[in-house]
Amino acid sequence: MADDWRSVRAELSEAGYVASEELAMAVHLSLVLTRPVLLEGPAGVGKTDLAKALAAAKTATLIRLQCYEGLDASQAIYEWNYQRQLLALRASDAESEDAVFSEKYLLKRPLLEAITQEAPPVLLIDEIDRADEAFEAYLLEILAEGQITVPELGTIRATARPMVVLTSNGTRDLSDALRRRCLYSYIDYPDRETELAILQARLPGIEGRLATQIIHTVQAIRREELEKTPGVAEMLDWAAALSGLGINDLSDDPATLARSLVCLLKTAADRDAIPPEVLARIVGKAA
Amino acid sequence: MRATRFPVQARGPAERMAGFMAHLRMNGVQAGPRETEDCLAALASVDAADRATARMALKALLVPDAEGWRRFDALYDAYWFNAGKQRQAEVKADHIRTQSARPSLWHTHMANDAETGTSNEMRPDADDDAADCAADCAAEGTDGRLIATRTENLTRRDLRELMDEDSLRAAERAAERLARALRDRRSRRHRAARRGQAVDMGRTLRASLARGGEPLDLFRKHRPDRPLKIVALCDVSGSMTVYARVFLAFLKGLVSADARTDAYLFHTRLMRMTDTLRDRDSLRAAGRLSLIAEGFAGGTDIAGAIRQFNDSQASRAVDGRTVVVVLSDGYCTSPPDALADALARLSRRARRIVWLNPLKGWRDYAPIARGMAAALPHLDAHLPANTIEALSALEPEFAKL
Repeated sequence: MADDWRSVRAELSEAGYVASEELAMAVHLSLVLTRPVLLEGPAGVGKTDLAKALAAAKTATLIRLQCYEGLDASQAIYEWNYQRQLLALRASDAESEDAVFSEKYLLKRPLLEAITQEAPPVLLIDEIDRADEAFEAYLLEILAEGQITVPELGTIRATARPMVVLTSNGTRDLSDALRRRCLYSYIDYPDRETELAILQARLPGIEGRLATQIIHTVQAIRREELEKTPGVAEMLDWAAALSGLGINDLSDDPATLARSLVCLLKTAADRDAIPPEVLARIVGKAA
Repeated sequence: MRATRFPVQARGPAERMAGFMAHLRMNGVQAGPRETEDCLAALASVDAADRATARMALKALLVPDAEGWRRFDALYDAYWFNAGKQRQAEVKADHIRTQSARPSLWHTHMANDAETGTSNEMRPDADDDAADCAADCAAEGTDGRLIATRTENLTRRDLRELMDEDSLRAAERAAERLARALRDRRSRRHRAARRGQAVDMGRTLRASLARGGEPLDLFRKHRPDRPLKIVALCDVSGSMTVYARVFLAFLKGLVSADARTDAYLFHTRLMRMTDTLRDRDSLRAAGRLSLIAEGFAGGTDIAGAIRQFNDSQASRAVDGRTVVVVLSDGYCTSPPDALADALARLSRRARRIVWLNPLKGWRDYAPIARGMAAALPHLDAHLPANTIEALSALEPEFAKL
């Protein structure tokens, strides 16, 4: 029992996700205390991937709810299949109200689906800061009680409590009630060793020297003043692109290398901030 | 940061944990009885004897957001390893004073005198200072002490004695009307409406049951309007001192009228003022402001402040439905290109940028200052704001935005 958080970390790394100690602790506590875990951090550091890795590690289904402005209960929890109900009413006059409002006509959306699974699923609520405060209130009730009330059907209780992961990009302040309900973990850009481990986990065939060069270069680019700092996902894209282009050493072909930076630099201002000379200097230091 | 004395005579881990919770509460972290229970449960499920493990477990539970994440380690060390440098004076209060009704922001800076004694005190940075006010909870004293400090504040900063209730109220009313003028409500969530674009299937079906299954009554829904929100950046440097009282009351009005408004002050650095301004008592708000905004009468680095805003807060505070209002006279110590760059970057994020310039209210004013001239192309509106009347006249301008 005492070493469980380390075993969580090991399970996640077997699924291909390199988690920091603090993150593994937060996940372990969320499983023990059955509380949701809220992940914040810059874009592209692997918040969504944690949920996928956790689902793979625990061999659970991943149910994903992507939040957006204007998301409401009918898109997130449940909705009646109105067209089918109307057809049923028209088709036979003997259809009573009870029959029309039965489970057959209920469309289950992600939250209701997460609650009615046999085995505990992983529920990923992505970018909760895009939804508005009213939705957070719905969500809070469901997370706290683990049950959903459909007026026509009654209360549906969770057969198996899902493992809930919420991610946020920080575009909006989340309500205090939601924050206090959840455990918190801030995922920052990884340091050199961790990022190298991530690269080697995701691209096992990559050569050691090239991997080190890639990591050094990306870390140096992150230290420049950019508008959109490249995250881990961008680094993996770039590594895959380099192997696809057949580059084995970063100092081989500067022109192609500069053109391949489209994977890392996503705005025009950023591309101007790293002209080929700067890139050559960075690569020179990394080699 | 305030540190309590670690209770070596405590009767067990529960009491020590309760002491830790009290320490966190004193430093602005919300940690109530439920959090204490959860912490004990969490520690029971991990190897609590290992320092690193216990630290991580408590960090996951007690931290509410990114800023708390950074501060937690320091708070943890201060309590469990006695690394804090300040000691709270032992106030043996048998009855709990009802000061919990007053938010901790408003305990006055009693500790200002006590703080100067320590040498390696960690100086919290500007954002912590403004937003979390960790250092001023020693006001669990008597009323006599509080009154003395308030009088002391009056003589220390003359900003407060410039504020009289009438002009404050007039400026606030002007600001509230302004905020209301921006309330143009549009949202993607559908609301019921008489004549809307989409058919509200739910209500139609429900009503059809009463009609024997025939959807004879059609109900509609549409998307109502979504309000614009305001983010205000106010210059409080030396050249703006004369207008400070009007502008601060104006900001207060903006902030009170709408819960989503954000307000920042800047002179050489940027400070978030929203919570401070939201206090109901105007004089107390002024007292707090004058204490926080040290360097009030210095030079201005507008470009640096806007750049700092872009880097740290803008991704959170500014989006496509935001109007950024800058109140400044345009005299900037940094080069004009820097100001133009910072404004260009901000204008990509915000819907509109409005510059309220007190100098523009003067006759024959032309933006000769290079800073102002460089900024003009990036602004959507450049309006005068030197008197209450000028502020009231802003309402129709804002409605056009």
